[in-house]
Amino acid sequence: MLREQILRNIEKDARADLHELAVRLGSTDEEVLNELQKMEEEGVICGYHTMIDWEKTELESVTALIEVRATLQRGQGFDRIAERIYNYPEVKSVYLISGGYDLLVTLEGKSIKEVSAFVSDKLSTLDSVLSTATHFILKKYKDHGTIMAKKPKDERQVITP
Amino acid sequence: MRDPLSKVIKGIKPSGIRKFFDIASEMEDVISLGVGEPDFDTPWHIRDEGIYSLERGRTFYTSNTGLIELREEIAAYLKRRIGVEYDAKNEIMVTVGGSEGIDVAMRAMLDPGDEVLIPQPSYVSYEPCCVLAGGKPVIIELKNEDEFRLTAAQVEAAVTEKTKLLILPFPNNPTGAIMERSDLEAVAEVVKKHDLYVLSDEIYSELSYKGDHVSITQIPGMRERTVLINGFSKAYAMTGWRLGYACAPEIILKQMLKIHQFAIMCAPTTSQYAAVEALKNGDKDVAEMREAYDQRRRFLMERFRNMGLKCFEPYGAFYVFPCIKEFGMSSEDFAMRFVEEEHVAVVPGTAFGDCGEGFLRISYAYSIDNLRAAMDRMESFLGKLRNKA
Repeated sequence: MLREQILRNIEKDARADLHELAVRLGSTDEEVLNELQKMEEEGVICGYHTMIDWEKTELESVTALIEVRATLQRGQGFDRIAERIYNYPEVKSVYLISGGYDLLVTLEGKSIKEVSAFVSDKLSTLDSVLSTATHFILKKYKDHGTIMAKKPKDERQVITP
Repeated sequence: MRDPLSKVIKGIKPSGIRKFFDIASEMEDVISLGVGEPDFDTPWHIRDEGIYSLERGRTFYTSNTGLIELREEIAAYLKRRIGVEYDAKNEIMVTVGGSEGIDVAMRAMLDPGDEVLIPQPSYVSYEPCCVLAGGKPVIIELKNEDEFRLTAAQVEAAVTEKTKLLILPFPNNPTGAIMERSDLEAVAEVVKKHDLYVLSDEIYSELSYKGDHVSITQIPGMRERTVLINGFSKAYAMTGWRLGYACAPEIILKQMLKIHQFAIMCAPTTSQYAAVEALKNGDKDVAEMREAYDQRRRFLMERFRNMGLKCFEPYGAFYVFPCIKEFGMSSEDFAMRFVEEEHVAVVPGTAFGDCGEGFLRISYAYSIDNLRAAMDRMESFLGKLRNKA
């Protein structure tokens, strides 16, 4: 219960103040700290990231979703081909997917050209990759449970009984 | 020209929060902790069901009592949450918010001169509704030292042979107080002894942070002398949908229904369809919102402790009710200076009855970030007040 509540809170705000978090959860600093450390050791918490809306920066960036169809490799399933792909630092995520294709790869690059080059030079040339379909993301509306659009102002009446 | 107005309505004071509303709503950077409604949007699946009902062209009246489907869901909900059974056909009516239920119940039950016991501080509408129904309000002043619970002794002391009805507003707006089972049992004894009826306003029942809410209808012998008011506003963040319900023994409900049918016709149809979805699939949303409120409640109590501001620990609704008597100012003066100097709007306790003097109602239907900023301003304000003294 405490564990679940800690996770639900830091999932939304990884920078939550430890003491404040403990107060809010009706716990103590020690207990919360303990639980956090345990979860880090167990790999439940795998990292702390910052959500960035790259579109608002000056930096050029494109994100692509790439559907990959691959052949199964004896004794290894898709693990080996997945590893070959996820080792590239520009690859942000790799999921094994049920349905019409096998792996869903998200990729971030500076430009469409750069992403295309990655797909044609690196991804498609892998032996077990049968085909790829690349979709460029045009706009992110919601990411990691966060709606990117600015929140409208509190429209409630200022004071109500 | 003749005076167009009735003496009764002229005798009723306007709500005491208007003044603050006017000041606060003109300020640019005001942080308001003055709102009596959830900050959450109605969960999407509930809104979606309302939209769908519009798409389907369900824009007609429902039966006066409300959609039978909704009344059946209400009956199932009450059975599941408080273990009390109501007949969906004859003992439940859907109202325009809990407020309508309060009004209609009093009009159905009171004769001129009947006395109504109204514990205060409490929601602003009991007293005027009682007066409009021809009843005579008898105020019971709840005490900080009782954690603003109603005691059996207080009821006993206020009862006369004219007493007919007891208002039971728990979990309480503005204090956040709750009544636990033993508190209710003691009060129920007095109610039965004097053959009184109870109007139990349980609109905040889902926002109870010390075990599950206990309804007076769960106490043996009380269901038959109680009108239970509840609704969707607070639990499902549906204030603007204007939807509540009243449950009562058929003999009372039948008469309440007459008033409702002539004055209102029926509650909004779109809202009723949305509410069916809320009761069917909304338990998880309620639990999540309750947890969020509870975290904010603990956060505020800790900030008050650190500021040295006295406040009993409230276990219900989304209000805290700190005591500001140490500053030697009236609640209204305090609230006025607080909004003018620090741009934080709170509601003086006196808006909810004279005995709210010396207290403030602070709502935590706001994000933690909002509350944190407001508490920082409060801390600096209290510092200023104390240094001057």
